[in-house]
Amino acid sequence: MIDKGGRQGTASRRRLVAGIGVSAFMLSGLALFGTPAFAATQIVGAGSTFDYPFFSKAFYYYTQKHPDVTVNYQSIGSGGGIQQFTAKTVDFGASDVPMNAKELERTKAAVLQIPITLGGAGVAYNLPGIAKGMRLTRELVADIYLGKIAKWNDPAIAKLNPGMKLPDMAITVVHRSDGSGTTYIFTDFLSNVSPEWKSKVGTGKSVQWPAPSSIGGKGNEGVAGLVKQTPGAIGYVELAYLLENSIPYAELQNKAGKFVFPSIDTVAAAAATKPEVSSTNFSIVDSACAQCYPISGYSWVMLYKKPHDAARGKLLKQIMTWLATDAQPIAKTVDYVPLPANVQKQALQALGEME
Amino acid sequence: MTEQTIASPVAPPPGARPSSLLRGERITSKIFVAALQSSCGLFLLIVAGLAAELVWGARLSLKTFGIGFLWSSHWNPVTEQFGAAPFIYGTVVTSLIALVLAAIVGILAAIYLAEFAPRWVGTYLGLLIELLAAVPSIVYGLWGLFVLAPIVANWIGPALQKTLGFLPFFKGPIYGVNVLTASLILTLMIVPTITAITRDLIAAVPMRNREAALALGATPWETAAKVVLPAVRRGIIGACLLAFGRALGETIATTMVIGNRPVISASLFAPGYTVASVIANEFTEATSDLYLSALIELGLILLVVSLIVIGIGRLMVRLFVR
Repeated sequence: MIDKGGRQGTASRRRLVAGIGVSAFMLSGLALFGTPAFAATQIVGAGSTFDYPFFSKAFYYYTQKHPDVTVNYQSIGSGGGIQQFTAKTVDFGASDVPMNAKELERTKAAVLQIPITLGGAGVAYNLPGIAKGMRLTRELVADIYLGKIAKWNDPAIAKLNPGMKLPDMAITVVHRSDGSGTTYIFTDFLSNVSPEWKSKVGTGKSVQWPAPSSIGGKGNEGVAGLVKQTPGAIGYVELAYLLENSIPYAELQNKAGKFVFPSIDTVAAAAATKPEVSSTNFSIVDSACAQCYPISGYSWVMLYKKPHDAARGKLLKQIMTWLATDAQPIAKTVDYVPLPANVQKQALQALGEME
Repeated sequence: MTEQTIASPVAPPPGARPSSLLRGERITSKIFVAALQSSCGLFLLIVAGLAAELVWGARLSLKTFGIGFLWSSHWNPVTEQFGAAPFIYGTVVTSLIALVLAAIVGILAAIYLAEFAPRWVGTYLGLLIELLAAVPSIVYGLWGLFVLAPIVANWIGPALQKTLGFLPFFKGPIYGVNVLTASLILTLMIVPTITAITRDLIAAVPMRNREAALALGATPWETAAKVVLPAVRRGIIGACLLAFGRALGETIATTMVIGNRPVISASLFAPGYTVASVIANEFTEATSDLYLSALIELGLILLVVSLIVIGIGRLMVRLFVR
């Protein structure tokens, strides 16, 4: 209707929108300020998103036992954690890949790096009518991600899974679009298994994915979501995430020739094959033992040997000692893998150097 | 006679104030104008500072790759070879498609709301459309990933391929996450901007124009198309530019549905990558200097592309709209 209602309609509509906006703002303000968040000391850390579920539960328990301390962990990514740690804006950093020589040089101070938890990447897939448990060899995974195997009913896959009815479907390769420690562990595994991958692509938190049908998802949730939605998709997902969601995942053949599922025990077995881990020698992918899961890796925490505030330094040392030992059983409750006993001892030894 | 010529030729306005107060007012208005100018200047300074900071952060990448960065399609963080072409392509293509679709839908919706809808429908429907603009980007992303992507993969995609499959834009395998899905999400996000602004512009057109058209025998649709719309053409272009700027920079919703693959492909069903998505995805984990610098250079390129596009839009307004 062409009438004069336009102007007045606009005004009353504006008032309505304003009213809704103000009430929403007030409600959110109530929610924000309704939660108290003040404690005597606050230790701040930042870094890997992989560690976040474990850390948030562990630090929650710590604050319950020591109510005058809170630990604030910001999961901004391993790279961000290293940057903030170097800039000394946080007390500790966490990264899935320990700092290399160049990064350590930039801190201009002595740095301690201790392993803090373990994880693995499972290979999830989406095939109509096929449940969990497809068998794949390590070379097959590499070939699929290289783009050399394009269909699910390829004879190489069919040979390993004689009972399964594999459809004539194209394989859609899903990877992480954001830089991630899970990608690092996965590409480290592929580089160890396939010389072609090593020369063509390499290891890294972000790489150039060669398969022509590959798509990237943001975060573990992104990859899992894409795999769940795309029939014929295959993707690598963090162990904890895999166990807590009902996505079918593959049984991988390890170096010893046995087929294993990713689980807390198989990842722990992989860790046990390397009793001595250090920040320069930390890869545990493709381990050769009967129960080892081939795609596993540590996650690290970095601290300054001589924190500039002695009192905070002592508190930090206490927290990290607790995290590396008594907090490890908490990891199991969130589907993370606790550190093996010998690695815990190494972590304690390293922490002992802290002043 | 002399008094009259020396004095002001017209009588002073009734209620004229003494000159001291006038001086005070002049000073106040000078301060007021100065404050407005400085806030404008401050804003310009901030934008200039932003651009300078981007150039400074990108200097390593600018030095290493030079101008070839713009058309190189290589993006390899492991060997540290970087190129911006796929991202620029993805950004521009998704934003353009979104703009075209959103402009059509938005302008038609605005005409309906302002001219043809009963007043109560106009109020509440308009309110709903404006609330669409308030929905957070990540909610759009989640909805796109879990609802829209399967719809595109299973219905829209195959339908388009069956009817228009001879065009290079609709060839190739259909993934749910692709340039088309990203464009559709962006369309949804910028339609409220265009609709709200256009509707206000249309409502501001004087009633006289409409009445004159009706008096000459025009139908309501002819009035809307030939009298009202041309009057607000300039404003609509401004609204479209604003919406386009938003589409260019949209990050989270795009990165969840575009497939995140740095390739240039003619097909809309192929995955793509935008500048904002790659920066959001890779910035936190980029630890080497060259990698960071390349990402900052991408941000600089996005800024420049936005300025160019808005500049072209303004030029078009000046040339074609009288």
